[in-house]
Amino acid sequence: MKLFRRHSFSHGVHPPAHKDGTAQIPVRRLPFPPRLILPLGQHIGAPAKSLVKKGEEVVRGQPLAAADGAVSVPLHAPATGRVRNLESVLTSRGSWEPAIILDVYEASTQEVLWRESRDLENLNPEALLQAIQDMGLVGLGGAAFPSHIKLRIPEGKEVDTLVINGCECEPYLTCDHRIMLEYPDDLIRGIHLAMRASGTSKAVIGIEDNKMDAVRLLQEKLAGTDNIRAQAVETKYPQGSEKMLIKSLLGREVPAGGIPADIGVVVNNVGTLAALGRLLPRGEGLIERVITVTGPGIKRQGNYLVPLGTPIGFILEQAGYSGGPNEFILGGPMMGPAVSSLDTPITKGTSGLLVLNEPQVREESRPRWACIKCGHCVTACPMHLNPAWLGQLAAAGEYAQMAEAANLNHCFECGCCSYVCPSNIPLVQYFRMAKAINREKAA
Amino acid sequence: MAEIGLSPFLIAVAFMSFLGLMLSGILALANRKLWVYEDPRIDEIEELLPSTNCGACGTAGCRPFAEALIKGELKPAQCTVSSRDATQEIADYLGVDAGDVVKRVARLACAGGAHVARNQAHYDGLASCRAAAVISGGPKGCAWGCIGLSDCAEVCDQAAIHMNPVGLPVVDPEKCTACNDCVEICPKGLFSLQPVTHQLWVACKNLLHGDEAEADCEVTCTACGKCAADAPDGLIEIHQNLAIIDYQNNHLASPAAIERCPTGAIVWIEQEQATKGKAAKRVLRQQPLPIR
Repeated sequence: MKLFRRHSFSHGVHPPAHKDGTAQIPVRRLPFPPRLILPLGQHIGAPAKSLVKKGEEVVRGQPLAAADGAVSVPLHAPATGRVRNLESVLTSRGSWEPAIILDVYEASTQEVLWRESRDLENLNPEALLQAIQDMGLVGLGGAAFPSHIKLRIPEGKEVDTLVINGCECEPYLTCDHRIMLEYPDDLIRGIHLAMRASGTSKAVIGIEDNKMDAVRLLQEKLAGTDNIRAQAVETKYPQGSEKMLIKSLLGREVPAGGIPADIGVVVNNVGTLAALGRLLPRGEGLIERVITVTGPGIKRQGNYLVPLGTPIGFILEQAGYSGGPNEFILGGPMMGPAVSSLDTPITKGTSGLLVLNEPQVREESRPRWACIKCGHCVTACPMHLNPAWLGQLAAAGEYAQMAEAANLNHCFECGCCSYVCPSNIPLVQYFRMAKAINREKAA
Repeated sequence: MAEIGLSPFLIAVAFMSFLGLMLSGILALANRKLWVYEDPRIDEIEELLPSTNCGACGTAGCRPFAEALIKGELKPAQCTVSSRDATQEIADYLGVDAGDVVKRVARLACAGGAHVARNQAHYDGLASCRAAAVISGGPKGCAWGCIGLSDCAEVCDQAAIHMNPVGLPVVDPEKCTACNDCVEICPKGLFSLQPVTHQLWVACKNLLHGDEAEADCEVTCTACGKCAADAPDGLIEIHQNLAIIDYQNNHLASPAAIERCPTGAIVWIEQEQATKGKAAKRVLRQQPLPIR
């Protein structure tokens, strides 16, 4: 009964979307903050190597740091100014990272003053991947994995389909929705470039069916193209996880511990490819991104184009926020980390800034109870793990056992288990802690 | 048939007796041939040891330690759990020197309790330092400071660590065996095992300078350099905005170095009781500071 099959995956949850406040507001630009904090390790892989010295003047768009090895990307100056210092800063993950602190000139222009022109038409895939690395592009959906590595197909693997992730399944976030509506031509250009770089012949854009305006717009734009299509998928969390999306769109399943390339697929986020299609032809680096600034604590909600390195305190000043006890979350409420300092900068992987205020914060500090083995978490887990068992092992400190017997490393921390738990057990926090301890033991 | 045959009862008795005799014969033989000599002193010494199996001596437990004592590889005093008397008793029994090992204890390199160090956020997750540390490094304003959710007190098998009213762990030097468990569990790496002869001690790990450091904690090292100037050459050095003591030159240490410290981050330890210098500002407050 293919006619009635809804494009979806099994398990998952349906949290309230909370997207109405920002989905209809066009992307706006924020002014430059007086100071930018630019960690050198904004991506997965080796941190970039600084190219500048203390006191040096840089112009908007100029490379500040170079890629250190293959799995690394450079970093470009988001604004014209002077390098104040090179120092260590605490990241939202709780680790120390070296960072470049940039004092922005008051009259800094929005025009990008540094670019590296390339003849894109005549580049072979290898040179195209190099160009993508040079522009400092990483996955803008949140994981910040270097795009040139993701688009490079590993030796001995055959990949036929490029999946473009426009699900945006996290509640509150609408930045990918706005990008699809406002930059569809950049997105389509980026898809063509990514198909050339990865050698894929087909592409499919997966969009949750609560964003039918974006689906229709892209279908219209793609009317004459037969190897790229836009497909609506069920609105369900975590539809935007690449393994879930591949299952929904193509019916293929990534083997346990494998990557999408094992089953002939490569996945990229719409924001990433829109940035690729917009910046690469101009020869510019990735220096700013669209983030959703939202939540009941924010006065002027919306999607803002912000320079990388902007401290969240400055964004809050611009967008206005209510006082009292607030909770600040980078990204969406399901997976985003809460931050403890307003100096935390926006990095390449930050997709939103969510501010929850009094009633919700109080809601979160509900009392915790013992596990009653109801199994809600088991029916919610999209990876078909047993979070209840993992939680019990974590409470007993059996971290090695969690990885060996209970498949802890297959958990991608989507948060469905914590969301449904009637006893309010902070399962994902247990898992993050266990993974951190296991990583430390292995090192 | 009945008059010439043996009753089933007698057959069973005879068979079982034969089997028993044969097996006991094998056991007796095995006892002779496979017997291994074990020094009877191992059992005797194990009796005298505390049986905590803490591993602080460097062996897997108390019995391997007893074996190493008999081989002469270790000295009785290397058991940090035994009392002086018990150590002497073992030494007398073996007829060896008890050895002279300086007692080591776990020490915390932070003095920022809730009454002097600010939290910059309210934390409401799992009550564990390790869990809090993966969320933006925890709620504390000072990114290097003690989170105070007592992972160390829970991991300590000797019950040598308790949390004081301002949320800092306190080590009981009598109970501490220097087993390293608290050193491994602390996500901020604040514990280290120190010989009790290391009396000069910097109770801070903050790498910020001056006012920036003091904004988060009243007892931080501000890297003013007064201790380094007052101490003999080569004893204290300011490195990355923190006073570092070179314990190679520990024999030069004296309380003179702490006298001018404005915050009391550097202390003199006597019987594991820390004393601040005269210039250190007194903190009378006992209530936690409000969130910044």
